Amino acid sequence: MRAPTGAPVTREHGLELLREMLRIRCFEDRCYQLYGQMKIRGFLHLYNGEEAVAVGAMRALRPSDAIVSTYREHGHAIARGIAMSKVMAELYGKQTGCSRGRGGSMHLFDASKRFYGGNAIVAGGLPIAVGLALAQKLQRESDISVCFFGDGAVAEGEFHESLNLASLWQLPALFLCENNLYAMGTALERAQSETDIAARARAYRIDAAAVDGMDVFAVEESVRGAAERIRHSGGPALLEMRTYRFRAHSMFDPQLYRDKAEIEAWQKKGPIITLTTRLKALGLMTEDDYQRLEREASAEVESAVQFAESSPWEPVEDLERFVYAERRA
Amino acid sequence: MTYRDAVREGIRDAMRTDPRVFLMGEDVGRYGGSYAVSRGLLEEFGPERIRDAPLSESAFVGAGIGAALGGLRPIVEVMTVNFSLLALDQIMNNAATLSHMSGGQVSVPVVIRLATGAGRQLAAQHSHSLEGWYAHIPGLRIAVPSTIDDARFMLAAALACPDPVLLFEHLYLYNMEGDLTPGLERVDLDHAAIRRGGRDVTLITYGWSLHKCLAAAEDLAKEGVEAEVLDLRTLRPLDDAAIMLSVRRTRRAVIVDEGWRSGSLSAEITTRIVEQAFYDLDAPVARVCTVEAPVPYAKHLEDAALPSPARISSAVRAVVTGSGAH
Ligand SMILES: Cc1ncc(C[n+]2csc(CCOP(=O)(O)OP(=O)(O)O)c2C)c(N)n1
Ligand SMILES: [Mg+2]
Repeated sequence: MRAPTGAPVTREHGLELLREMLRIRCFEDRCYQLYGQMKIRGFLHLYNGEEAVAVGAMRALRPSDAIVSTYREHGHAIARGIAMSKVMAELYGKQTGCSRGRGGSMHLFDASKRFYGGNAIVAGGLPIAVGLALAQKLQRESDISVCFFGDGAVAEGEFHESLNLASLWQLPALFLCENNLYAMGTALERAQSETDIAARARAYRIDAAAVDGMDVFAVEESVRGAAERIRHSGGPALLEMRTYRFRAHSMFDPQLYRDKAEIEAWQKKGPIITLTTRLKALGLMTEDDYQRLEREASAEVESAVQFAESSPWEPVEDLERFVYAERRA
Repeated sequence: MTYRDAVREGIRDAMRTDPRVFLMGEDVGRYGGSYAVSRGLLEEFGPERIRDAPLSESAFVGAGIGAALGGLRPIVEVMTVNFSLLALDQIMNNAATLSHMSGGQVSVPVVIRLATGAGRQLAAQHSHSLEGWYAHIPGLRIAVPSTIDDARFMLAAALACPDPVLLFEHLYLYNMEGDLTPGLERVDLDHAAIRRGGRDVTLITYGWSLHKCLAAAEDLAKEGVEAEVLDLRTLRPLDDAAIMLSVRRTRRAVIVDEGWRSGSLSAEITTRIVEQAFYDLDAPVARVCTVEAPVPYAKHLEDAALPSPARISSAVRAVVTGSGAH
């Protein structure tokens, strides 16, 4: 197995990727419990199974690149480096949350990390990412804009309009499709006349490829390559990450549309289990290493929960703050 | 039965009695509807008539309009009003205009069902109440089933109507339990309904707010204030006669609307009362609306943003005692 640079995988690199994926997995599993305990409310869309996409992609990007995300964005936010405690506090609706309790699970923001939010309107983030890329181009920046979106978004007009615009104006945008085969209960082939998403991007003359989204190295390598090409040429690219969500669409989904066997088959191909098996087979990691990473992740999640629990609420009097920008006097 | 069951029964009934009727929308089939309204209908009617649509609101709402032009009676489910914004062009520029713009040659008998409202901590993008906005548009009929009876029978009235009808189902009501009125077989789309009689003030409302008003009225009754609660049922056209009849009797009005107040349905109703019943009023008209901010996620903030029985009661007290602080 080779790392993105073409060099053989190192222990350090492998463990780092695994650590990041375990942090997300552990966070999501805890969120599931906390939802049951009514600590987290609203819609909650978990990322289990898709961790390799966020982790591989964020590692390949620069901190100054702009990110636009979806409502299934805990993994994106954590991999981007937003403190888990601030994400958890947001899910609790606390003042210390990364959106001061106003956004919740679907609207994590951190402008200092150029993380321009989870967006709960399917495909709603794509035009914004195009605009961020336009700003980068006009300001002669070397940064790019990255937009995460699901396979479902490909059916929306906003997807097609955004791709066309980005290509027409040659904007530095990377469209990262997380194709987990379902949009809620609608399987890809029942929603798309052409299921090859990369092919649809090519119709707009956009450089596009499909990637094994369960292979964190493949994700990292493909994103690094695409980002470099975009920085170099200025034009957009699309990557279709083939992945799968292990849990229900949201907490209200009885999953009538897919059977257990399908989920189990995908779980065997999951990003964490495959990386673990590989690293062990290469002699780069022991079971002890794995246990340690898992313990550390779970300790970090617990301290995030403690932080959220002990954080204050935003005062009700501040309800109408931030409807308009608060300019300094 | 629940409100959800009542809506489902209404759809089933329409599908059985009229072969031109079909249901189309995101996840109405396999998934069973995002609010489980259509669960079981795919098995009964098959995928041709319980038609799953991709995430393409503009296209499938427009297709519903086209299918209505073509002789069918589509029920288009837009998962929530928030996503109807992607189909606003079709609704406003096509559904609402074709009859008039064609000089009456065509009509658009499409029914669009949308979940609406806040109260489930879904944050700004999933908590809009835009029915008042839609009520701004000539050519559309806007109806809001807020009781089990209306949930069950309003759809049939909407399908019988040659115009485009938007039915707004408040997402908080789907779990509401209640019994159908025995013997009831149909309802109309023309009249508001008094849900509670009272002599001191008229609460004018619809949707989930209706139930908040009924709760507030119970509390007020303990203080000796008898509030009448008027369920608008249709927001366009508004039943002016019913509003004025009640307000002339109670001489006071409080409008309770989950929409924002600026440029709103509540502003429209206030104006009509001022235009038609000004000299019958004993107090200025008052309004309880959602605070002028996007609806926040955190529960304590969301609760504070939305109309509540407590806010309604205090608005009524101010109107009744003439303290004017509302
Ligand atoms: C415009 C719009 N329509 C409908 C919805 C309701 N909805 C939320 S998520 C979703 C499925 C989206 O699937 P996909 O894009 O594949 O993302 P995934 O959930 O699989 O990550 C739907 C239909 C929405 N949020 N926005
Ligand atoms: Mg998907």
